[in-house]
Amino acid sequence: MNKYAKTFLNGIIFENPTLALVLGMCPTLATTTSAINGMSMGLATAFVLLCSNVVISLLKNLIPDKVHIPAYIVIIASFVTMVQLAMQAYLPALYETLGLFIPLIVVNCIVLGRAEAFAAKNSVGLSAIDGLGMGLGFTLSLTVIGAIRELLGTGMIFNTRIYADNYGMLIFVLAPGAFIALAYIMALVQKIIKK
Amino acid sequence: MQKLQSNLLNMVLSLTIIALVAAAALGGMYLLTKEPIEKAKQEKQTAAINSVLPQIDGIRLAEPEVQEGYTIHRAYVGDSLAGAAVETSSNGFGGVIRLMVGFDTEGNIVNYEVLEHAETPGLGSHMGVWFKTDKNQQSIIGKNPAATKLIVSKDGGDVDAITAATISSRAFLSAVQSAYDAFMKPDTWSGASSLQPNAATEAESTDSEEVAANTNDPDSNTESYE
Repeated sequence: MNKYAKTFLNGIIFENPTLALVLGMCPTLATTTSAINGMSMGLATAFVLLCSNVVISLLKNLIPDKVHIPAYIVIIASFVTMVQLAMQAYLPALYETLGLFIPLIVVNCIVLGRAEAFAAKNSVGLSAIDGLGMGLGFTLSLTVIGAIRELLGTGMIFNTRIYADNYGMLIFVLAPGAFIALAYIMALVQKIIKK
Repeated sequence: MQKLQSNLLNMVLSLTIIALVAAAALGGMYLLTKEPIEKAKQEKQTAAINSVLPQIDGIRLAEPEVQEGYTIHRAYVGDSLAGAAVETSSNGFGGVIRLMVGFDTEGNIVNYEVLEHAETPGLGSHMGVWFKTDKNQQSIIGKNPAATKLIVSKDGGDVDAITAATISSRAFLSAVQSAYDAFMKPDTWSGASSLQPNAATEAESTDSEEVAANTNDPDSNTESYE
């Protein structure tokens, strides 16, 4: 396996940000009330992650060590604000549900964590792959958690009805459901990886 | 290339340049998206106003009247008032609830739209459809707040609260009530006072008499006592 493929798969499965690294719990728990919300949040984060990884990797030698955190935060915050503006302009309906959480991508540990742990030490190409892999891994886990909560809570997946509303378990739409779903998925994934 | 040393000049320079580039990029993005954002907001508001107003041909909107806490968009057919869409808000369970509520000339609720809310998904978030669903005493469509008590039935009112979301329901209903009050405030519309129970306004302008005559529509008085 070459190192690009390895880096990519690393983000998606072996070091999946949510399920293996347990980073970015705030958006994971808060935005996964439905599959589509989880997926959108994941994709927005993936975009920011990809861009910030590339830019930080490009600039890594131009940023003195002692100011690297403020510099990274400025770069990440700029990309997040751009995503926010673009979403507000072109996807107003989505912005309404996720609007509150988009600015929180700035403080998402995954983004700064990958900048620090990976982009600051590796080449641009590899950093881009890492950003993409981590981003998609995050998207994948958020989508799965969202789909499970949506299905058990409301009887729908991606707004398609599977069974009648009355049988939905409300707890899965609420915050405790997020913890329960996350815990079971995490346990399952850990078991598979450890084998 | 060698990594830059952490001396003062390097740190100041690199941070300044990064901040400047970021500021320029954000400024550009802001300019680029300013118009679409405005347009999206405008479209949403127009759509909300249109969907809550009485469906009458040739209806046209007057300039919105902005007052403290609410905005009234009056609609006219020709020169006579046909109704109004009132934008109002209240504090719900998870944050501010903003509503657009439409009234006809008699003060009956034509329709409403939820513009913004942060209620619990699966509970309070149902308000967008709950109060439109014609089931038990859920619906407020077609009701006149003068006759129907816009309070949840648990508190002695005439409207069924959303299951397990009483606080959201209370907030929603109080917002609708305040929209009605704003619409009916005597100084904002001369005709409105004739509808208020204790107002002695029989001798007002011809305008108000016309409206008063309209209210004698048999439906509007009996409906809420069913």
